[in-house]
Amino acid sequence: MAEPIITVENLSKKYRIGMREFKGRTFRETIVDTFAAPVRNLRRLRQLTRFDDRESRGAYDGITAEGQSSGDIIWALEDVSFTVQPGEVVGVIGRNGAGKSTLLKILSRITEPTSGEVRLYGRVSSLLEVGTGFHPELTGRENIYLNGTILGMRKTEIDRKFDEIVAFSEIEKFLDTPVKRYSSGMYVRLAFAVAAHLEPEILLVDEVLAVGDVSFQRKCLGKMGAVAREGRTVLFVSHNLAAIQHLCPVGLVLDEGRAITYGPIGECLERYLSLTPKTPASAGESQPLFEKKRAVLTGIVLENDRHRTSVLLCCSRAVFIVNYTVHRRLANPYIRLTIYNSHGLAVAGIATEDTGFDPSPEVGKYSLSCEISSLNLVPGSYHLNVSISDDTGECDKKYNTCPFSVEKADIYGTGRFLTSRTGVITLKHSWR
Amino acid sequence: MISLDGSSNSGVPARQASPLIRIRKKSGFQLLNLKELLCYRDLLAFLVIRDIKVKYKQTVLGGLWAIIQPFFMMVVFTLFFGKLAQIPSDGIPYPIFNYTAMVAWTYFATAINTSGNSIVGSGSLISKVYFPRIIIPLTPVLAGLLDFAIAFLVLIAMMLYFGIYPNITVLALPLLVLLMMLVAGGVGLVLAALNAKYRDIRYTIPFLVQFWMFATPIVYPASMVPERFRFIYALNPMTGIIEGFRSVLLGTITFPWIMLAMSTVIAVIVFLCGVIYFKQVERYFADII
Repeated sequence: MAEPIITVENLSKKYRIGMREFKGRTFRETIVDTFAAPVRNLRRLRQLTRFDDRESRGAYDGITAEGQSSGDIIWALEDVSFTVQPGEVVGVIGRNGAGKSTLLKILSRITEPTSGEVRLYGRVSSLLEVGTGFHPELTGRENIYLNGTILGMRKTEIDRKFDEIVAFSEIEKFLDTPVKRYSSGMYVRLAFAVAAHLEPEILLVDEVLAVGDVSFQRKCLGKMGAVAREGRTVLFVSHNLAAIQHLCPVGLVLDEGRAITYGPIGECLERYLSLTPKTPASAGESQPLFEKKRAVLTGIVLENDRHRTSVLLCCSRAVFIVNYTVHRRLANPYIRLTIYNSHGLAVAGIATEDTGFDPSPEVGKYSLSCEISSLNLVPGSYHLNVSISDDTGECDKKYNTCPFSVEKADIYGTGRFLTSRTGVITLKHSWR
Repeated sequence: MISLDGSSNSGVPARQASPLIRIRKKSGFQLLNLKELLCYRDLLAFLVIRDIKVKYKQTVLGGLWAIIQPFFMMVVFTLFFGKLAQIPSDGIPYPIFNYTAMVAWTYFATAINTSGNSIVGSGSLISKVYFPRIIIPLTPVLAGLLDFAIAFLVLIAMMLYFGIYPNITVLALPLLVLLMMLVAGGVGLVLAALNAKYRDIRYTIPFLVQFWMFATPIVYPASMVPERFRFIYALNPMTGIIEGFRSVLLGTITFPWIMLAMSTVIAVIVFLCGVIYFKQVERYFADII
C-alpha cells in the first residue's frame, strides 16, 4: 500500500460559544453595568482564545461563576484519525454540526486544531466557498486574477489558464464589466470557473455544488469527476448524497465531532442514514395526556432497511412503524397515513383498509409496520399526518409528525443522480 | 495532550519525504515564513491593485482626494497656527512648512487606520481561505503610497511657487519613505491583531492618530521643543522622519542625523514587534472574527 498523502491523528478542536450578554433588569442596573462591564468584558474576551491549562486559572478568577465555564466549550472535532491515500476521493458526510466544515477548515489551515496533528504530503487548495475575495467593483478579468491568487495560484499560472477559465465561465462578453452588474448566475459561474482551474495535489471542497442552475451544477459535478480521475486527492463535503455516492468511492462519516465510519462509500451512506435523528422522527412519540381515549397513537417512526432514520434515498425502501395502544375494544379499527410535502400538499395516502389488513380491535399495545418497497417521491422534505379510527369515529390523530427527507439518488445505476424536482413523484422509467 | 513529531517516526516505517505541511497547535514565538510569503507575492500585488482601483470608485473627485485632504488641512493649520498663533516655521513660509509634513502624515494616518481595521474587515476572506494573514494589514501600507505620490506632486508645485529647492540630501528621501512605511506597518500590524479580538481598537485609532499628530512636529517645528525634552521627543519615530522630510526638501535644518538614527532603530523595533505579535495571534483570527 502506498504512503498516505493525508494523515490525520487524534485531531480535536474546541470552540467557545456562549459570550452571554448581561441584561440589566432595571435602569439603574443597566447604568451601573455600563461602568462595571469593561472589566468583565476584558476577561471574557481574553478567555475567548484560551483553553485547557488556563481554564483552571480562569475558574479561580471567578470567571466560571459568570458563565464562562466549560459548559461554553464545544468539541467541534474530537479525536479524529484517518489516512487518505494519494488519488482517493473521500466523501465526508454527517449531519449539521457534525464537524465536517471544521475538519476542512483545519485541513486547509484556516484555523488550527486544539490538539492532534495533520500531515499533508502535497499542495493543498481548499474551496470552502466560491468567489472568496471577489470585489464587486472590480471587473470579471480583475476578479479572476484576484480570486486566483487568493486561492493560491501564481500570476503566470492564471495567465496560462485565463482563456480556459473564461471559456468555462461563459461570460466572455462581460469580462470587463464590474461583477456587481453580473447576474448571480454569472457571478457564480465565474467564481467556480476560477476554482475549477486550481491544480493542487489535494483538493478540499465544501458544498459548493449547491449553487447555480441545474445545467451548471451538472457541469461542476463533471469537473469534479474529472479532477478525481486526474488522480488528485479530493475531500468532498456535501449533503447531496447522490453526488457523494457518484463521486466518492470512499466515505468518512462524522457524528458529533467523531469519525464513526471510514471506508467504502456504501457502508458509510448506510451508517449515515441509520444515525438516530437528533430531533425529527422521535418527536411523534409522546405519552398520552388523556387516558380516556379509546386508542392512542404513541409514536410513528420511519425505518430504512434496518435502522431508524429521517433521511431516505429516492426510490429506496421505507417502513413506517406505527405504535399505538388500544384502551377499549374498537369496532373495525383502521389506520391512515397521509404524506405531505413541504408545501403542505397531500402527496399520498396510505390506509390499512385499502390493503385489507385488519388491525386487532382488542385492548393492548401494538406496533404495525407499513412497508413501501420503493418510495418514489421527489427529493425534498415531507411529514405525516396519522390517524387511528374505527366505525364510531376518529380515536386519535397526530399532525405534522415523523418528518423525513428524501435525498437524490443514483436510481438507475448510471453514475448520475436525478436532477428533476418537477412534480411530486419520481416515475422509474426506461428509454428505448 | 498534543501529539508532537514523535508519533510519526516511532514504529511506522519512516517516510522519505517530510510532510509538505504539518498542521498542529502552534504556540509562542512564530517566525515569519519568508519563503511562503514570497510564493504569495502575487496576491499582495493584486490586493494592492485592488485597494488602489477600488478606493475612489464611484467618487466625483477620484484621485483628487489624495490632494484635498492634506491640502485643506494645511490651509486650516496655516490660518490657525501660522497666522493666529504665530507659530514659527524654521524661517520658511508656513504653508509649505506644514504641507510637507501633512503629505507624510496623511499617508501615515491613513495607513495605520486602514491597516488597523483590515483584519476585521477581511473576515470573509480569513474564514474561508488560507494565505499568509500578514499580507492583509501590509496591503494598505503599500497601497497608500500612490496617494502619497499624488499629494507629493502638489508639494513639488508649491516648492516651485515658493522658490524653495532641495539640496543633495534629497537623495535620502527614499530612506525616509521606507522608515515611514516600517513604522506604519509595525503599528498597523499590532492594531490589526488587537482589533481582531478587542473591537475597541476601531474607536481608539482616530484618537491615537490625533494625539500622535500633536506629538510629532507637524504644525510646529521640533526646534520649539525645549532642549531637555528633546530625547524623549525623538523617541517618537515620526519626529525624526518628519523633520527629515523638511530638512531634505526644504533645507529648514541641517540633516537631523541623530534624530533619524533614533527613528531608524525604533522603526525597526516597532516593525519587528508588530510582526512577532501578529504572527503569535494570527492563528485564532478565523475563530473570533
